[in-house]
Amino acid sequence: MSAVPAVDQALEVIGLSKYFEVPGSEHFWQPRRKLHAVDDVSFTLAPGTITALVGESGSGKTTVARLIARLYEPTSGKIVFEGREEPRHVNRTANLRYRRQVQMIFQDPFDSLNPVKTVSYLIGRPLRIHKIVPRGQEQERVHELLETVGLIPPGVVAAKYPHELSGGQRQRVAIARALAVTPRVILADEPTSMLDVSIRIGILNLMIRLKEEHDLAFLFVTHDLASARYVADELLVMYAGQIVERGPTEAVLSDPLHPYTRLLISAAPDPNAGLHARKLAARTPQDLAVEQESACRFVGRCPLAIDICSTTPPVLAEAGRGRMARCHVTAPGGTQ
Amino acid sequence: MSSVLEGSDYRERPVGTGETLLELDELVVEYETAGPPVRAVDHVNLTIGAGETVGLAGESGCGKSTCGNAIMGILRSPARLAGGRVLFRGEDITGLDTEEQRRYRWRNVSMVFQSAMNALNPVMRVGDQFADMMAAHENINKKDAIERAGDLLEKVGIDRRRVRSYPHQLSGGMRQRTVIAMALALSPELVIMDEPTTALDVVVQREILEEIQELQKELGFAVLFITHDLSLLVEFADRIAIMYAGEIVETAPARELFESSRHPYTEGLMHSFPPLTGEMTRLIGIPGTPPDLAMPPAGCRFHPRCAFCVPEKAALYARQTTERPVLREVGPGHFVACHLVEEGGR
Repeated sequence: MSAVPAVDQALEVIGLSKYFEVPGSEHFWQPRRKLHAVDDVSFTLAPGTITALVGESGSGKTTVARLIARLYEPTSGKIVFEGREEPRHVNRTANLRYRRQVQMIFQDPFDSLNPVKTVSYLIGRPLRIHKIVPRGQEQERVHELLETVGLIPPGVVAAKYPHELSGGQRQRVAIARALAVTPRVILADEPTSMLDVSIRIGILNLMIRLKEEHDLAFLFVTHDLASARYVADELLVMYAGQIVERGPTEAVLSDPLHPYTRLLISAAPDPNAGLHARKLAARTPQDLAVEQESACRFVGRCPLAIDICSTTPPVLAEAGRGRMARCHVTAPGGTQ
Repeated sequence: MSSVLEGSDYRERPVGTGETLLELDELVVEYETAGPPVRAVDHVNLTIGAGETVGLAGESGCGKSTCGNAIMGILRSPARLAGGRVLFRGEDITGLDTEEQRRYRWRNVSMVFQSAMNALNPVMRVGDQFADMMAAHENINKKDAIERAGDLLEKVGIDRRRVRSYPHQLSGGMRQRTVIAMALALSPELVIMDEPTTALDVVVQREILEEIQELQKELGFAVLFITHDLSLLVEFADRIAIMYAGEIVETAPARELFESSRHPYTEGLMHSFPPLTGEMTRLIGIPGTPPDLAMPPAGCRFHPRCAFCVPEKAALYARQTTERPVLREVGPGHFVACHLVEEGGR
């Protein structure tokens, strides 16, 4: 589709970390704590694949997407785009160049579209900012994009305001806007979670089609394992800022190694698994303990925990067939 | 159309006693607009047995939440009850005066709202909010009320000392649990849960649903579970009613609905969520969007989106586009409103 040299990775993140400073426990005079929102995360996004990043709220999955979109500056780590390391501090020009390649779709299509602008304006805006098409051809390109995301007839949709569209249609407009700059990478942050179940599948199908037709690299951030299974080639499971398991989606879901992945699977609704048949694999502690430097972050919830889990944090270890897991019990072998 | 959903003796799990607790009889709710009124709920019949969990599922705007509000007696302008009855233990609550309705609410039927995160007063301690609610319904001193609030919090798995907490000091899951505890405070016989776990993580969602089931076994209340997520209902409801454009189009015991749904719309909903296990096929969902209820399509309201409504089958097509289908029993406790099913096409 474009003249980019053949590479097997569109984007790579290496050792990406982001710490936020949060107030000390009870009183303002206590020292501020560092919250490890994202801690040493590495993965690659390949063209023509969808990589799902799953985890619960607060696991850091959205922060990862925002770091890659350069909405946050990383505390440490690198972002390598098409073989070239992106500098950590960038000026406006460099940011524009980067965002021409890496686009983001947000969770809430009710918030992410300016309510006083027409669809035509909203999708035309990135075309103007990035000077994608000559002025006279803007309308034509907008219509093309609307057709690509299944909004027809494009002439009618283009003239509408966001409030005249349904949630699913709005999310399609947001996707068309992201596609306007012909990016290589799309970061989709929970693009379906605000939508009705009956609409979701259409958005997921659209993602699959775009990945195939445009050779896009998708990062699909979600808490829904079933959606991840439906679209994703690779699965990354995040817990408390770290990747705890990764591998080909089907392999991870059919034979999960990390106890947290097992917990997520046991919690997801799955009518096929039988009615009232399953029980949760672990409980959530009501008050999550402050994370300890010297222990596995999952130890407090883990049904498999052994002595070493409280004294040594596990590393992400190779577990064969392209899989990795961060667990002393199910994926031993990694030592720091 | 008669009330075709009489009784609840076909329940899968014998959790209740089989007696009818709540009955919607030809319920009609309209929203006043600048133009003609919009009928959000159109002649809905639904029965909930004591101790039973009934799921009400459908897309946004199908009228499912409006049904819940009507049962709770909290329809407010521009919505208004335009016909039918809401019978609680045989008594029509729509005829009650304001004070009687106030007492019926919470004592007989309570509700867990969709945005339970926002249902708590941010500037009041949790315990005080319990006390307020109890004082509105019974003669109880503050100390006893706080004590009972603690008991209730413990029931839903929260440390009783949390009565001293403000809502912002609780996590989303804990706030939701608090709201559920509050809904159970006066031991109502029916709890309406309107998307109770939609805003929560899967793990917390599951924990809360399991807790609700435990509490239900212990306390015996019935649940009307309103959600767009049919996959949840299949696991947690005894019986499911599917709503489309203001009407109930299919109702059946949960397992029956999952294994052999008959209405093309239900079928579409069932094929809208990808499975976590088993074979993976490309799903299509449901084409099109729900109709504008200000101008609902003539005949079957689903016909513009229905794959089985084609002009080639002239006789059936004529019925589908002009005649409103009614609920007919197709199996024990399984009712479908569909011309195609009626004519043996499915």
